[in-house]
Amino acid sequence: MDGDLLTSLYVFLLAGFIGFEVIRRVSPLLHTPLMSLTNALDAIAVVGAIIVAGEAKSTLATVLGTIAIVAATSNLVGGFLITDRMLGMFKASTPRK
Amino acid sequence: MIRTEHVVELTYLTATVLFILALKWMSSPSTARRGVRVGEVGMVLAIAGTLLHREITDYTWIAVALVLGTIIGVPLGLVRMTAVPQRTALSHAFGALCVTLVGTAKFYLQAPSVPRFTMAVLSLEVILGSLTFTGSLMAAGKLQELLPQRPITYRGQNLVNLSLLALAVLIAAGLVDDPGRTWLFPWIILIPLVFGVLMIIPIGGADMPTVISLLNSYAGLSAAAMGFVLDNKLLIVAGALDGASGFILSVNMSKAMNRSFTNVLFGAFGQEQIRPDAGDEAQTVKSATAEEAADILEAASKVMIVPGYGMAVAQAQHKVRELYDALTRRGVDVKFGIHPVAGRMPGHMNVLLAEADIPYDRLLDLDEANAELPGADVALVIGANDVTNPSARNDASSPIHGMPILDVDKARTVMVIKRSLSAGFAGIDNPLYYLDHTIMLFGDARSFVGEIVRELTGGSKH
Repeated sequence: MDGDLLTSLYVFLLAGFIGFEVIRRVSPLLHTPLMSLTNALDAIAVVGAIIVAGEAKSTLATVLGTIAIVAATSNLVGGFLITDRMLGMFKASTPRK
Repeated sequence: MIRTEHVVELTYLTATVLFILALKWMSSPSTARRGVRVGEVGMVLAIAGTLLHREITDYTWIAVALVLGTIIGVPLGLVRMTAVPQRTALSHAFGALCVTLVGTAKFYLQAPSVPRFTMAVLSLEVILGSLTFTGSLMAAGKLQELLPQRPITYRGQNLVNLSLLALAVLIAAGLVDDPGRTWLFPWIILIPLVFGVLMIIPIGGADMPTVISLLNSYAGLSAAAMGFVLDNKLLIVAGALDGASGFILSVNMSKAMNRSFTNVLFGAFGQEQIRPDAGDEAQTVKSATAEEAADILEAASKVMIVPGYGMAVAQAQHKVRELYDALTRRGVDVKFGIHPVAGRMPGHMNVLLAEADIPYDRLLDLDEANAELPGADVALVIGANDVTNPSARNDASSPIHGMPILDVDKARTVMVIKRSLSAGFAGIDNPLYYLDHTIMLFGDARSFVGEIVRELTGGSKH
């Protein structure tokens, strides 16, 4: 139990460091798509919701889990869609002369 | 023999790697779309893996919810670019809602035998989730202008807010002490829900970029807390990445506005400040017509356009693109200087200009633009005010002193398109307008730029 917790803390801290290092390199040009992308990735919470809804251990859990899946899925679909749309608009200038 | 649990864990591990790569590839516009692809692959893998879980006994509701979520998600992915900030705020609310609901379900499934540490993280999860939920809804409402943009303040506001938060933490402590006190649980949802509303009420429109970033960070942290509760490493990683990203952006935004975090949250900056001295009134400004402006632009070899949110409000970005085209055709080097807070969320202005088909290599950030401005023949300010105010640099008594600005006053000629000489968001007079080499172009951004374009393309009709 304690070992699990410690591993989770390691994972959290290391992921946080990776996040800082990777995201610091993102140009301000792309900060809006960055936020919509991290938002879409955050929708991975849907996996937790799927298990809660699917276990069918109590009616309350199934109802809450189902609403949670709807919320996360709409973020997932909408987030990836808009990120890709925005990035599609960023075009380099055609080299002149 | 490979067991199902191992397959599930492997899909999670792969998704973790893909998520990190996705963010890494966001560093450049040329690789960013690849980043979106791998993110999507990771997501599909993780969901497929999860569906294999043996604990899942009933798929009906899962299927219904996935379909329903997709139906809601698609229109949210197709909003106009000007609406992206409120869409983003709304998605923070949805993310936080998911986390809060799952946390609640977990609590009632396990209570009263919740291990102490789990209870502590679970409390963090639902407190952060609930306050982010209502806070983000409020932010979205303000951005969509469904709610008044002006900050609402009252005496003792910060004390009330902080006491509420402290109360929620205290109740959470009671639950950690004995998770059997299930009657306490609803309060660590309800109080933060109220706190979320009260937290956003005093924050004005100009501070939205910081607030959105901060809420982004909270949403990420609450998801990471959920990962601890469910012992799901993938969720911990995704939440930590999102939390880190939101945090970096909030710090960036606060720096760009010359304010500390606490100041944004507790300061209620957006109120109009009354300038004590009216001595500036007597100063004269120079103004010019579109024809004269076109002549000056035509004679220039380097032009820096500085757009502010006023440009987007006037829907002038497509006219600005025409101006860019007309000048570029005449061999004028046109670039755009973009302040980090030009827009309603980090990077918003870049997206608006990219939508108008302006190549991204023409869009310079603050430092790049300031390196080039002294060599520019013309700086053309469209709908920006405070971010060009030289008193931020040289007037220690100014409320915005120290704020990083675009040094447009260093260009040979400054032209400012503006409706009138009224003050900007911060309510501060801008000495830029009274400089000898500044020319004011009074009018609506969209029609004025349109007139300049007509002059330049030779099709003059007046």
